[in-house]
Amino acid sequence: MTAESSRKIWPLPGGVYVEANKAPSLRAPVTSPPLPHQLVIALTQPASISPILCAAEGDYVLKGQVLAHGSSDAGINIHASTSGTIIRITPHAVPNTSGEHELCVILQPDREERWTRMAPVENFTECSSELLYARIKDAGIRGLGGAAFPTHAKLVGATNIHTLVLNISECEPFISCDEALVHKYLNEVITGTQILLHASGATRCLIGIEDSKPAAIRALRAALSDPRIELVVVPALYPSGAERQLIYSLTGVEITADTLPVEKGFLCHNPGTALAVMRAVIHGEPMISRVTTVTGAALAAPANYEVLFGTPINELLQLCGVDNENLSRLIIGGSLMGTQITSAEVPVLASTNCILATTHEELPAPLPEQPCIRCGFCVPACPVLLQPQVLYWDSRQLALTDATSHHLADCIECGACAYVCPSHIPLVQYFRAAKAEIRIEAEQVHIADSSRQRFEFHQARVHAEKVQQELRRAERAALMKPAPEQPLEVNSAQATIAAALARVKAKKLEQALSASNNTKTDEGETKR
Amino acid sequence: MSNGTLTSSPHDHQRVKISHLMQQVLLACVPGLTALVFFFGWGTLINLVWLVPSALALESAAVWLRKRAVRIHLQDYSAVVTAVLLALALPPTLPWWLSLLGITIAIVIAKHLFGGLGNNPFNPAMTGYAVLLLLFPDYMTRWLEPAGSGQTLPGLMDSLNFFLGREPDAGFDAFTGATMLDSFREQHGANLFTEFWNTSPLSGQWSARGWEWVNAGFLMGGIFLLYKRIISWHIPVSLLAALTLFALVFHDSGSSQSLGSPLLHLFAGGTMLGAFFIATDPVTAATSRRGQLVYGAFIGAIIFAMRSWSSYPDGVAFAVLCGNAAVPLIDAFTRPRTFGRAP
Repeated sequence: MTAESSRKIWPLPGGVYVEANKAPSLRAPVTSPPLPHQLVIALTQPASISPILCAAEGDYVLKGQVLAHGSSDAGINIHASTSGTIIRITPHAVPNTSGEHELCVILQPDREERWTRMAPVENFTECSSELLYARIKDAGIRGLGGAAFPTHAKLVGATNIHTLVLNISECEPFISCDEALVHKYLNEVITGTQILLHASGATRCLIGIEDSKPAAIRALRAALSDPRIELVVVPALYPSGAERQLIYSLTGVEITADTLPVEKGFLCHNPGTALAVMRAVIHGEPMISRVTTVTGAALAAPANYEVLFGTPINELLQLCGVDNENLSRLIIGGSLMGTQITSAEVPVLASTNCILATTHEELPAPLPEQPCIRCGFCVPACPVLLQPQVLYWDSRQLALTDATSHHLADCIECGACAYVCPSHIPLVQYFRAAKAEIRIEAEQVHIADSSRQRFEFHQARVHAEKVQQELRRAERAALMKPAPEQPLEVNSAQATIAAALARVKAKKLEQALSASNNTKTDEGETKR
Repeated sequence: MSNGTLTSSPHDHQRVKISHLMQQVLLACVPGLTALVFFFGWGTLINLVWLVPSALALESAAVWLRKRAVRIHLQDYSAVVTAVLLALALPPTLPWWLSLLGITIAIVIAKHLFGGLGNNPFNPAMTGYAVLLLLFPDYMTRWLEPAGSGQTLPGLMDSLNFFLGREPDAGFDAFTGATMLDSFREQHGANLFTEFWNTSPLSGQWSARGWEWVNAGFLMGGIFLLYKRIISWHIPVSLLAALTLFALVFHDSGSSQSLGSPLLHLFAGGTMLGAFFIATDPVTAATSRRGQLVYGAFIGAIIFAMRSWSSYPDGVAFAVLCGNAAVPLIDAFTRPRTFGRAP
């Protein structure tokens, strides 16, 4: 009945076995926490796009009403997570890596939950891709795997999608939100997957799930009847759930860091995204919540919650019975790729897949860094076949050319190398620093290059004008001059030669100019 | 939250320490050491007891002079491993000052002058050994005849006399003798291999007397390290394979021109110690798996060449140092393919 595959699995080229710690948060099914006193809804947009407000302080907004949209097409619509009054619109701390404040709408809920929905789509199979894309964009859907990339931006322009990958390979040892979500919203996720299949034009969907989730596998197996959807069980190994790594495990296609999976015809989505797509299309509801794992040894009752965006993290921690005495670190995301935050006075974002409140016993502080003895334990751990011990030397000495030629840019920062390092070297930190250095250097080179080009272009133009002027003067002079007898021929011959030379010169200049224009466009293309 | 220090991902670690790896290496030395003491007397143990504290003292001094945290560096056990490997390689008859010179060269010159653990291009223990061999060839070739070959083994008092630099009452010659590899080299060309083998008091059951068990002991330790995944198979296997291959080719069916049987080469001298404990030193070995195969085979070939055609009876130390010198070149030519990219 089900399309359970006897498909070949391509084993991850590296990876580490990390014992899962998901049981505490999976004990109870997903529930919704009580409505918080205040919601802090971040208006975060993708890089280089700014939010444009559609509501003002003091406005009463309905649940699902648009609060802001992006300044360009790749922007994200942000909706009110519940009905209520906007108290303030102000920059506020959010759980991001930079620590920079983001513009947020502070909403006072009225506890009425008054909705405004978009018109439901009766039969999505009769809708065009464009219409479904537009709905996904209107609903403000972004990827819930952790990067919060706008879903419509992933879909638009991807013309030759052949495979949709549904990523339930949640390999971070503490995160269980996708598994919990699949248990609660199994049929909704499958419908969302079918909508994504239809919208993207993909002919098949591969569901990648780790063999450590037998209950979810059983449930999926029982519920799947669409012959286009194939369930593929992959070995539980960190980081099997990384996008390119999962695509490799399922199909054997290797995609480098500088190539987008859509360029190779793969569209990869998280089950949470599929659920949001289903809600947007079938119910007309925008994306205003997500399932988040709240876990860690500092909590009395870890759980998975369906949380409204903007819910303050400290309220969730209180709900789970946080023991502030023993709380050592607060991490957004998992224990291996998460970001530590210093304050719990921050809201849940679309990217907040896990809140990990841990203790010294559970995740002890890192041991002091010792010298690299090139033991090479990191080599079989690396899922992109890099040599972390070599990159470490390059990064430490800021030998950026060497680092680049050793493919530092392909590092996915999964931290498997640092996890196994017996010298406790924070390798990922070194790699991030070197990558930042490389970026800065490239920017400087780019600035220098474009100034030089501008200067050369300017010089060439000035020179060309001068030549033209001289040419005109020579021509005028030749016309004005009364014709002498003998030397005339010589002179006119000289003038002709001069004119010819000037023409050649002008032509050369023209060529040079157009050539420099060409290099400019070339560069524009490669920069893309 | 108790402290304000931010940590970068990953926030969790497999809590393996270098010290743990080094302890396993030390543990793996025990069978080989036992065989050495059984067949060659107390000398090796005395070397070891003398060199370990010396190495720790030298390491502390060097780390202190370099203004680093002494405690953290001593905890990595690397100095202890260097001392133990050197003690296992040195003849059991050395006076204290000579082995002290060896460990000083190893720790101070070969390791710390190059920047300390992880930065040394040459294996410290083998550098110490090779320098001693060049400076004091008499002392360094003064091996004992193994138990069971007819000569008496020095007792504890005699061994201590060796250590203190005093000639034993019975004289040096009462105990010392050529090793199997040495005596085989001396008679080369005079006898058929089988003839030599049948008459020499140094032949054992399948290789050199005594040495065959010492090598078997280090082989056991090596298999333990492989099982514990402290080392990978690439270097020892390719080293032993290259040595076997050369020995097979030049064994010449045991003629008078024979350069020794594969079993003789595998289980005599420092073969197994070199293959599993010395050549696998990660700091000074090739990094990629393919590079390690090349590196091991290169060392195996040089061991055979040194034994057969140089004026030294054994060549493990020099072979390893040659291999160390070739590492940058090997690494440059054996870079592995990155995910999704052409090789």
